[in-house]
Amino acid sequence: MSYIAILLTFIFINNFILVQFLGLCPFIGVSKNSENAIGMGASVTFVTTVASVVTWAIYYFLLVPFNLQYLQTLTFILVIASLVQLLEMVIQKISPALYKALGIYLPLITTNCAVLGIAIINITNSYNVMEAFTAGLAAGLGFTLAIVLMSNIRERLDLQPVRGPYRGMPIAFISAGLMALAFMAFDKSLITNLHLV
Amino acid sequence: MKANIKELTKGIFKENPVFVIVLGLCPVLGVSTQVSNAIGMSAGVMFVLLFSNIIISALRKVIPGSIHIPAYIVVIASLVTITEMVMHAFVPSVYSALGVYLPLIVVNCIILGRAEAFASKNTVLDSILDAIGMSIGFALGITLIALIRELFGSGTITLFPMGNFSGVINIPWFYDNPIRVLSLAPGALLIMGYLKAFFDWNTSRKKDK
Repeated sequence: MSYIAILLTFIFINNFILVQFLGLCPFIGVSKNSENAIGMGASVTFVTTVASVVTWAIYYFLLVPFNLQYLQTLTFILVIASLVQLLEMVIQKISPALYKALGIYLPLITTNCAVLGIAIINITNSYNVMEAFTAGLAAGLGFTLAIVLMSNIRERLDLQPVRGPYRGMPIAFISAGLMALAFMAFDKSLITNLHLV
Repeated sequence: MKANIKELTKGIFKENPVFVIVLGLCPVLGVSTQVSNAIGMSAGVMFVLLFSNIIISALRKVIPGSIHIPAYIVVIASLVTITEMVMHAFVPSVYSALGVYLPLIVVNCIILGRAEAFASKNTVLDSILDAIGMSIGFALGITLIALIRELFGSGTITLFPMGNFSGVINIPWFYDNPIRVLSLAPGALLIMGYLKAFFDWNTSRKKDK
């Protein structure tokens, strides 16, 4: 599979939030204003990219040689949890400004399905290391796209008269549903029509 | 005893994990395309939640406070691995239908949430009741969404094949006039939104009385 095809697949066709429903908790929880949404999106993109490469390496250099593939889930979640912790410390040391911007989101990312999801999907699709890197980056970008769009919609919804029980979360879900409807326009034929495979 | 029963029933309605606390939505929306998948996912969550609550509440005085989250994650991940292996061996069709959502039970907020908010502070018995209540609440939520999506989206109800029964029930009128979009991704979000609005309206109506 070409890298452009992987990028298109994970950003649009299989968008993590709107098509696969991975990472919905932050999508609903942190999309109330666009500033936070961009911060969350950037942190998730960063972590999915790094985690994709690290979990790929652990799977093929540690689990496969010792025939321990069944420990995949257990290893990946521990690796991701320690990776997030490590990244937090590194960013705090290297760039306090970036830490100030991303700091509050990083601890939340450990339990974000998107990170463990992309690590497992990379293995299921038997990607090589560059493909895994691209998929991780694209999944993060797709997440950012959806959460930033959503935060803009919600900022406008705050100014609209929404009827009682629909206020807050229900209208957010329904707007996300309509957005998912729009994303259905991207499907697998896009890749074949562009001759990317 | 009365207080104990309350731990059991609160998860089903008052603190329903799907519609009231709104936690662990990834599997709820991801696998609710067929009733059988919803039941399979509920069974997985019930097993993991029950045993993680038992183990964590039994070890609550042993686990040091500073590393409690990693310790909980190890317990939960081991239980999920057991679930994965058992399902792969005995119900391979459900295993492949659940796909990536099965290992993702590890990061399901309900399980870590209950461990952190309940099992780490309460006795084993209370934690068992809490886990049973919460998983029944989760099962009801996910099955309700799956039922609506499958009935209106494809006009069938898929259960498990037994003997001569193929497992698929066709509902006459709905089968000829399906609303396809409900069984696709947008339908899950739309139905979740409308159901959440309905339950919010129901709670606020009760409060007014």
